[in-house]
Amino acid sequence: MATRKISYREAINEALTQEMERDSSVIIMGEDVAGGAGGQGEDDAWGGVLGVTKGLYGKFPGRVLDTPITESGYIGAAVGAATRGLRPVAELMFIDFAGVCLDQIMNQAAKFRYMFGGKAVTPVTIRAMYGGGLRAAAQHSQALYPLFTHLPGLKVVVPSSPYEVKGLLAQSIRDDDPVIFFEHKAMYDVTGEVPQESYTIPFGEANVVREGDDVTVVAIGRMVSVAEEAAKELEGSGISIEIIDPRTLSPLDLDTILESVENTGRLVVVDEASPRCNIATDISAQVVSEAFGDLKAPVKMVSPPHVPVPFAGSLEDLYIPSAQDIVNAVKTVTEWSK
Amino acid sequence: MTQTLSTLGSDAPDASALSEAQLLDVYRTMRSIRAFEDRVHEEFATGEIPGFVHLYAGEEASATGVCAHLDQDRDTIASTHRGHGHCIAKGVDIKPMMAEIFGKTTGSCRGKGGSMHIADLSKGMLGANGIVGGGPPLICGTALAAKIKGDGGVGVAFFGDGASNQGTTMEALNLASVWDLPAFFVAENNGYGEAAASTWSVSADNIADRAAGFGMPGVIVDGFDFFAVYEAAGEAIRRAREGGGPSLLEVKFTRYYGHFEGDQQTYRGKDEVRNARENLDCIKRFRQGVTESGRLTDAQLDEVDAQVAQLIEEAVTEAKAAPVPGPKDLLTDVYVKY
Repeated sequence: MATRKISYREAINEALTQEMERDSSVIIMGEDVAGGAGGQGEDDAWGGVLGVTKGLYGKFPGRVLDTPITESGYIGAAVGAATRGLRPVAELMFIDFAGVCLDQIMNQAAKFRYMFGGKAVTPVTIRAMYGGGLRAAAQHSQALYPLFTHLPGLKVVVPSSPYEVKGLLAQSIRDDDPVIFFEHKAMYDVTGEVPQESYTIPFGEANVVREGDDVTVVAIGRMVSVAEEAAKELEGSGISIEIIDPRTLSPLDLDTILESVENTGRLVVVDEASPRCNIATDISAQVVSEAFGDLKAPVKMVSPPHVPVPFAGSLEDLYIPSAQDIVNAVKTVTEWSK
Repeated sequence: MTQTLSTLGSDAPDASALSEAQLLDVYRTMRSIRAFEDRVHEEFATGEIPGFVHLYAGEEASATGVCAHLDQDRDTIASTHRGHGHCIAKGVDIKPMMAEIFGKTTGSCRGKGGSMHIADLSKGMLGANGIVGGGPPLICGTALAAKIKGDGGVGVAFFGDGASNQGTTMEALNLASVWDLPAFFVAENNGYGEAAASTWSVSADNIADRAAGFGMPGVIVDGFDFFAVYEAAGEAIRRAREGGGPSLLEVKFTRYYGHFEGDQQTYRGKDEVRNARENLDCIKRFRQGVTESGRLTDAQLDEVDAQVAQLIEEAVTEAKAAPVPGPKDLLTDVYVKY
């Protein structure tokens, strides 16, 4: 497939456009996804708070629905519509806002299939921004994917690049299970090679972003690019790391991680989520449980400290895991001896 | 044998226009709900029914009077903790319902849902709901799906006086008006949210008064009077089908049993239930009305009673004999595919 360089934002918009063209049951709803409903200016003035859905309102009349600021109301509506043959893509804007609509995700969408004896499908995709870096402070910066990974019945997707975000979003929309789709808000302007044609990336298949022999580094979402920075620096020290992007946290491709650890014998997991009960602790526990004999050193986890995301740039920069943090962790496991 | 109410069509809101067959259907539905609930009450007391059970006896006229206007294919309902009556009125089969309550593989949800989650999406029944206020947002979604598909379908949210105070319900009422949805909100005010009197917990004089704040009609009916519910619901549902937007109906009555089975009901007045059973009961009142007007005979109604009694007996016998789910059932029905 021929590719060209586009942004993470454009890749999302392209996936939405192509899925809406392909399937008339796909609709979009959320706060200001058109943007400007009922006002005196343009009907689609915003196209989402960061312009991700810009232009879709005009292309797909009646299928891009602005909502009042009413997360329980419209996330519930998206879930209900999904049980009746539509494939809604609901934009929750910031994943932090799950606090006001968690019931509709956790107790309704996630449970329907099992609780109703396998007789329900709920093909809803909930898109939301996550992550730090924009000085958005404690209520607009969290990386809450562990919360959703904890819940059976949900699929959790955390794309790490423009290529990944397009293919994984198309797959999310086509999937018959409820999907929580995490877009890193500091990545919308990141560019990368992306095919024009529609494509999907299957769930549960991790991507080996970079091959290496000394240490396996599992990194999630935006942390993949931070790990790539670290890899370059470590190369100078003669250390070769293998970077694995799980792509989806539920389902999780543990096999690819285990195969890598079998080769390297060392594991570092990099996770932007708060350190307790996050994906780093989960993957570390599973690897230690399954492959203790392969490990030559303790597993290291690189996560923020257990505090809310701070506002001041000086603090937030300390908070978010950095390439240097990864370098330090990798050196700790390579230099470790009993 | 027919065990539930067949559709009466939405063009018959005038109760006097109900045919003899339709009146018999109405009676069969109300009698089925009563007999079902009375039997579950007895069986629960023996310890054979696991978990939490909330009974609908006394409220039959509401589910029956509303669902009489609904089709199984295009119309949807969301229910409450107290959902058995809504299931029966919407046409969910009684035998799998009873088996579900006993936690058997032959249950509506293969024993994975139980009393609080009985559902049959093939009949447009989105489930009893263990979350107070869980249903109204979902109904905005099913109504939206009907509106987008243009099939004339209506979404009906049954909720209690307790749920009338939940934010989810308020959000759904607002969203239904903003989106001009074919939705119908039925507030079943049985006097108590758990153990708290609705006269205390609801800040307005009537739940229906709140409709004005959401720009929709609000009507109060005597919930012990099938014909009153039938006519008020018929008008609201016809309006919704014709594009006239959502409505709120408050159905006032009382429940004959406690909040849950085992509830000693020490919060209730001494003669409250006895008075309702003796002087207000919806089935007695219906029976008296149709026999005094000569539209049905006691013999016809007695025959329905006998048929219903036999059906419930068979349902209990078969439920008790059915197998319980085994280890292989634990891990199925959670994801459509992983």
